[in-house]
Amino acid sequence: MARKPELLVTAASLEELRRLAEAGADAFVIGESRYGARLPGEFGLEQLEQAVQYARSSERQVRIYAAVNNLMDNATSDTLPEYLSKLAAIGVDAIVFGDPSVLMAAREASPGVPLHWNAEMTSTSYAQADYWGRRGATRIVLARELNMEQIIEVKQRTTLEVQVQVHGMTNIYHSKRSLVDSYLGHLGKEPGGLDSSLGKGLYLTEEERQGERYPIYQDAHGTYMMSSDDICMLENLHELLEADIDSLRIEGLMKTPEYNETVVRAYRAAMDAYADNPSGYRFNPEWLNAIRRVQDPERELSYGFFYKEQVY
Amino acid sequence: MAMTMNTPGPTGKRHRLDRPELLAPAGNLEKLKFAVHYGADAVYIGGQKYGLRSGADNFSFEEMREGVEFAARYGAKVFVATNIYAHNEDIAGLEAYLRKLEEVGIAAIIAADPAIVETAQRVAPGLEVHLSTQQSVLNWRTVKFWKDEGLPRVVLARETSLEEIAEIKAHVDIEIEAFIHGAMCSSFSGRCVLSNHFTDRDSNRGGCCQSCRWKYDLYVDGDTVTGEDENQFTMGSKDLCMIRHIPELIEVGVDSFKIEGRMKSLHYVATVVNAYRQAIDSYFNDPAAYELKPEWLDEVNKAANRPLNTGFFFDTPGTEDHIYEAEDKAAPYDFAGVVQSYDETTGLAVIQQRNHFKPGQEIEFFGPGGTFFKQQVGEIRDVEGNVLDAARHPLQQIVLRTEQPVKPMDMMRKRIR
Ligand code: SF4
Repeated sequence: MARKPELLVTAASLEELRRLAEAGADAFVIGESRYGARLPGEFGLEQLEQAVQYARSSERQVRIYAAVNNLMDNATSDTLPEYLSKLAAIGVDAIVFGDPSVLMAAREASPGVPLHWNAEMTSTSYAQADYWGRRGATRIVLARELNMEQIIEVKQRTTLEVQVQVHGMTNIYHSKRSLVDSYLGHLGKEPGGLDSSLGKGLYLTEEERQGERYPIYQDAHGTYMMSSDDICMLENLHELLEADIDSLRIEGLMKTPEYNETVVRAYRAAMDAYADNPSGYRFNPEWLNAIRRVQDPERELSYGFFYKEQVY
Repeated sequence: MAMTMNTPGPTGKRHRLDRPELLAPAGNLEKLKFAVHYGADAVYIGGQKYGLRSGADNFSFEEMREGVEFAARYGAKVFVATNIYAHNEDIAGLEAYLRKLEEVGIAAIIAADPAIVETAQRVAPGLEVHLSTQQSVLNWRTVKFWKDEGLPRVVLARETSLEEIAEIKAHVDIEIEAFIHGAMCSSFSGRCVLSNHFTDRDSNRGGCCQSCRWKYDLYVDGDTVTGEDENQFTMGSKDLCMIRHIPELIEVGVDSFKIEGRMKSLHYVATVVNAYRQAIDSYFNDPAAYELKPEWLDEVNKAANRPLNTGFFFDTPGTEDHIYEAEDKAAPYDFAGVVQSYDETTGLAVIQQRNHFKPGQEIEFFGPGGTFFKQQVGEIRDVEGNVLDAARHPLQQIVLRTEQPVKPMDMMRKRIR
């Protein structure tokens, strides 16, 4: 059954995936860190296949999108044709990419598998959406730095599906450098003496921004700095629903399965209520309260850039 | 630029016959002229719109036209950076802007946003489109994609090593442009929105406020990692400098050597271009006998704003490649003036003042091709012949005796430390 819009989530494990599917998620973006950027957990080909099998048999017919959205180096790009053909054989519902090498490989290796363009901060206009659309993408994942007006205009002007993030943290900086290790070296400590991988509790603060904690972590692709707040569009979700946005994403990175389940349930409830009766839709504060109860008090729930004007 | 290879040299590597292009930044028309005069084969500039340096002076179309004409006299080209990621509201006006660039004689645009790439190809076919480093291209398959899209040149990500470049060149016949000198984003280009989050300024449209160079406190679960009296955490990188590695860059097949710095001073642009021009020419005059001259390095250091390193060309940067100490921006020399004219019979030069100088100070003159000498400032006069105790006024014409002949557009710098 096609549901519109789709509620898209990440998952750290097969177990979490099942749990979130039962809580109301429609689709998942999962993969392995060699190819996919900033994933909460590893899904090698075997786990991916299990996820697809589960999705097919699940009552709600959830969909599985493979995250292949890293910036690729030569060595990784050499393995893309093989990897993509395996993804096609497994039967993933789409391949998410952010580097044109994937598109090149997909033309040969996974024809017919839908492609979602997701270059995060650089996917910024309807014209760019159309560009990737003409080259085979079926969906554009918009930069989180766009505001509501811009998002709505993209949706009105492009024929591609439009996906936006409605909840969770966002990446604000990605370097290929191992910056935590470099700093430890400066302090005369063993690089690697401090585990700076995902979920190890490292964060940065900046003097002028007291109270804001920016998570930071390293992996084989470098160093990531993350937002100090979590986007939460629940209260104003109807604006995106009215605009017919095709996919609403919840980012589950650095959150517990309990948290993610609570968030999925809340958005599911709002989306179902809207679908039942768009004109009579009313936001129920209980949905948000449920999230507030599990929200890390150090991390503000915010509207991200949805209502901001930026200058340059 | 078609690549041609010939016989292997003493290192067992091949020497290229084609000279790579030396590509210099120019923040305004004067810098453009000096960059070209000091040996740039091409310069890149910003227009009033669509460029990532909203803080630079940026060129009007009239200035572009003049710049193109000036460059043409030297056989040099002018490129325009249209390297923002456009938002919806930026799209209107794009076609007219690109047509205008073509009309004023711009040779190429440097674009990252595919919407800009495609629009230029459609409405201004006389413009070459070069893919900007803002696309962070790291692999040959992606390079191939852009070649198939009709682009003659790709500027690689600064994260690409020499080895990776060689592999890309082996797979795809396309011009490769690489940054070889200047400041660097420590993030993948285009993959940083720190400014958006900290100051509501959009970095991918030119609003970056260099937040990666700020100081941060690093905590693990509430405990600070930094001890008392220790430097704070930062992502700030040293600046790139590849002057020691010209042969490697040439041999690997880099077609365009790009210097960063549309915000940099006239003195910086002339000094850096001059050094790289000499190094590249020296290599081509006799590759087998090529040697790094210490004076090129000295020159580059006189313009340096920060400590230098080799970026990602050989290895991923580590501890030594970042700046944790307080930044000491001052180079030991400062730009003091530009030669306007020289009278051979009297040995007097007219200098346009660019920074305060006075009798007794140590100064240096330099010009294109490595002409160079030091002296002390002797008596100075204004053009009416009045003796001055100091050259105080910006752009004032100062008459001064030089110990060797100088030429218009030669530069004068003073030692400040
Ligand atoms: S803050 Fe630093 S890394 Fe980010 S865009 Fe600016 S210069 Fe580049």
